[in-house]
Amino acid sequence: MSAIFEVRNLKRSFGGLAVTDDVSLSMAPGDRVALIGPNGAGKTTFVNLVTGNLKADAGDVRIGGESVTHIDAIGRVRRGLVRSFQVTRLFHEMTPAEHVALAVLQRDGRAGRLFGHFLAMPDVMAEVGDLLGKLGLRELMHRRVSEIAYGQQRLLEIAVALALKPRVLLLDEPAAGVPQSDTGRIEEALADLPADLAVLMIEHDMDLVFRFAKRVIVLAAGAIIFDGTPSEVTRDQRVREAYLGSYANASHAA
Amino acid sequence: MTMATMNDTVATTTAPVKRRSFGRDLAGLAVILALAAIGYLLFPNNLALLTRITAIALLVLSLDLVTGYCGVATLGQAALFGSGAYAAGIAAVHFGITDPLLMLVSGVLGGAFAGLVCGVVILRAHGLPQLVLSIALIHLFHEFANKASSWTGGSDGLAGIAPDPLLGLFAFDLWGRTAYGFGIGLLAVVFALLRLIVRSPFGMLCRGIKEDPIRIRAMGASPRVAIVKMYVLSGAVAGVGGALNAISTQVVGLDSLSFTLSAESLVMLVLGGTGSLFGALAGTIVFMFFEDIVSAANPFHWLTMVGALLIAVVLFAPRGLYGTAAAFVARRREAGR
Repeated sequence: MSAIFEVRNLKRSFGGLAVTDDVSLSMAPGDRVALIGPNGAGKTTFVNLVTGNLKADAGDVRIGGESVTHIDAIGRVRRGLVRSFQVTRLFHEMTPAEHVALAVLQRDGRAGRLFGHFLAMPDVMAEVGDLLGKLGLRELMHRRVSEIAYGQQRLLEIAVALALKPRVLLLDEPAAGVPQSDTGRIEEALADLPADLAVLMIEHDMDLVFRFAKRVIVLAAGAIIFDGTPSEVTRDQRVREAYLGSYANASHAA
Repeated sequence: MTMATMNDTVATTTAPVKRRSFGRDLAGLAVILALAAIGYLLFPNNLALLTRITAIALLVLSLDLVTGYCGVATLGQAALFGSGAYAAGIAAVHFGITDPLLMLVSGVLGGAFAGLVCGVVILRAHGLPQLVLSIALIHLFHEFANKASSWTGGSDGLAGIAPDPLLGLFAFDLWGRTAYGFGIGLLAVVFALLRLIVRSPFGMLCRGIKEDPIRIRAMGASPRVAIVKMYVLSGAVAGVGGALNAISTQVVGLDSLSFTLSAESLVMLVLGGTGSLFGALAGTIVFMFFEDIVSAANPFHWLTMVGALLIAVVLFAPRGLYGTAAAFVARRREAGR
């Protein structure tokens, strides 16, 4: 299948230190890829480069075959590259229904409309109800976000991303900060993601990575050191060294 | 669950929300008209003050749009109000457009244009630099009006504005009855329109921008474009206020483009409560009456008392008079459930 998302020879350095060092990867619709790596491997920088929040020194990013390297972050979202945030970024005074409705309206180019109310737009409300229902947030749709549990806020974060109908979804540690008892609901939500959506998940929790991903990419010191199946990754010598090395350095420093 | 029953549940859960906001719209309009009638009965000889309060209420509403709903810090909002006033006045004096409704249109266009200019400039910065830019802008507008005296009358003010009778029927009389009625009508229409706009998808987008612009960008929307649009709307609203002021007082002075007026409008907004149209109205009425009564009672220390009032509100009712009252009522309702 042709690639929906491609990164070619992406480079970025800060003051001589290559934080993203010639990274290339390609994803097809329906791919479930996990991006892992020790702390400081450059995962966050990679996400910022890909989403257009940081300018790359060199390289190319393509969505659906179209180069978006010179397109800003907002333009990339509009072309179907959507991200979720590691720490939830939601509007605390607004309701889940308003979040999803705003995303739907924005996606359809209707967020600038000066009249009308989303509650009176049956097509929007049908989508809002459907999406929040799938994620088990239906009962809470008119509560304020500040009143709902953190695990539910993480689910809402996913709902907002899905409401934008992405072609490529970057999930930045979707289960971060969620109590162990609630991660099951998030895993279910991840398992139910649309089949044709390409998903790249950045995650620390290896259990979640192994259950979710069909392919694992390991980043260390800004470069890809492994790209293969979950079963291979545990046996890979370089990956072990990268992780052990970082732990060894950490304990040495301490 | 089938699609039909699902839509039913959505409809039943959203119906009360819709009814409540529509009820509040009508209540708001009823309160404006009732207060206007009470004002007319209590102060039949001081309608000029009431009309002035109405014009300033429009200014404070316009400020609420950018500050309360979008989170933009500005001490230069009078630039929009004054531009509206001068546009209406210049249309009348220099172009012979003396029909009050056409003068109003000039004011709206003048205010909206000033809003566009101010929005584009102010949004170059955030936080304190943004505030400083807004102060610089109001001084530039003021100085421009001062220097362009052949058009604006400079420091003498733009005099000789003689509006025709409203709709050809109601002449602007010495007691200011027509001006007052015109003002209240404008305020009611603007208030109703703004209630619709703040609830619209665009209003929701702006509330989102105020809370987290980065999240809005991640949704593929441009905060800057949205806020500039809100600035243009804000300018149109302030322009209505400015035009009303020009029509009712028949003169436009440099004070309508002043830093003082900008700062006072912000004080009024904070006093009433930001982010709520009711708060903007409440703050204006309380501040203007307080100023009028206290300055008459004690001409030497009235500013001290205004300061004391503001400190009291900020310390004990940080959400403003309306915001605090609304939160109190909401808590009582919650407790009663």
